[in-house]
Amino acid sequence: MVSINGLTARERTHPPIEGDCIVQISVTVNGTTHDSDVEPRTLLVHYVREQLGLTGTNVGCDTSSCGACTLHLNGEAVKSCTVLAVQADGQQVATIESLEVDGVMHPMQTAFMENHGLQCGYCTPGMVMASISLLNENPNPSEDQVRLGLEGNLCRCTGYHNIVKSVLACASAAAVSGSK
Amino acid sequence: MIPAAFDYKRASSAAEAIALVSEYGDDAKFLAGGHSLLPLMKLRLAQPTMLIDIGRITDLSYIRDAGSHIAIGALTRHMDVETSAMLAEHVPLLAHAASHVGDAQVRHRGTIGGSIAHADPASDLPATTLALGATYVVQGPNGTREIAAADFYLGFLESALAADEIITEIRVPKMNGAGWNFQKFNRRAQDWAIVGVAAWRRGSESGVALVNMGSTPVLATSVSAAIAQGASVADAAKLASADADPQADNNASVEYRTHLAEVLVRRALDASS
Repeated sequence: MVSINGLTARERTHPPIEGDCIVQISVTVNGTTHDSDVEPRTLLVHYVREQLGLTGTNVGCDTSSCGACTLHLNGEAVKSCTVLAVQADGQQVATIESLEVDGVMHPMQTAFMENHGLQCGYCTPGMVMASISLLNENPNPSEDQVRLGLEGNLCRCTGYHNIVKSVLACASAAAVSGSK
Repeated sequence: MIPAAFDYKRASSAAEAIALVSEYGDDAKFLAGGHSLLPLMKLRLAQPTMLIDIGRITDLSYIRDAGSHIAIGALTRHMDVETSAMLAEHVPLLAHAASHVGDAQVRHRGTIGGSIAHADPASDLPATTLALGATYVVQGPNGTREIAAADFYLGFLESALAADEIITEIRVPKMNGAGWNFQKFNRRAQDWAIVGVAAWRRGSESGVALVNMGSTPVLATSVSAAIAQGASVADAAKLASADADPQADNNASVEYRTHLAEVLVRRALDASS
């Protein structure tokens, strides 16, 4: 966690307001259980980025349209800008940081790399997490099913062709082992 | 964008949720999947001072065969409606319409009861359950009551649901092999419908409802009456907007919506016949 003067970025920019309701939550993120105090209005994406320092998950549109903030809640892709941290209390969260294990990338990350499935990279964490969730639900999708399945993720480099290629390549390479 | 501050309670049963809302009054709102309410709160178009989280009431998430109808727990997620084998067999129109809600991430969180309680005329499931003649079971401090979908939608985001009531179940009659079709006209993936149509037909019987053709989802009773009297699909579709009150917005004028409704009702009934 990034800490300056003992305060996280969020604590510096959003100091708790006196009298606000504070809720204790216990969330397992990437296999580690965190006991945290949050305001009920804290969004899950801000919780993982600013309280836990896991900045791989991006904020894009902040209106549940673009999918840049996609992570897994109990193994399924969700848009973490539209989930409250308190809704993840007692649940399992996995972010893009969970995918690499001992220096070895997840097969979906490898597929994105090999198929030039990213350009500027901003949408990539969300794309990868959404793609893994898609293959968990449908291990052998058609190209149309991949395009429809990723309708909730926008790439403003418009690099969709290679993103779809990456997902299809990952699907045909091997069954995805799923998020950790 | 961050919502205005609020207090938070989690209910473990419908009865507890109703007791809590009775305690906190009109400024409390129920939170199910949050995919209608949280976007409004982030834009500060809604500023409840208390959220009562009903999302963990697991015994309100189910899909059961109840004889003449399928009973769906209000907290059943869109993804579970979309992929239900029981619904695919008995109410395929609803399972298909659920697959058109938002995107996969939204369908992993959003619930059928939440979508109906939000009563957005542009949403897919209020109109679809209206076309199917569904009944909503709601629970409040004085017990449960049933509200026909046709009596539920009163105005824009307004319904017959009282502030201290929650929807517990959606009862959808089995379609018994009726033909069906769902039309959703939009310009981009994942958008709301500019106009949508949910329709089924079995001989002279039919149900047709319109998405985004007024301040509520609209039951196109004139279309069904014409079909019952033996009108052709093309003639019946001319009555598509007879029961509607479409509004103009950035996407479409009233005239364009009226034209779309006729075309989409015709397509939907042709595919259902």
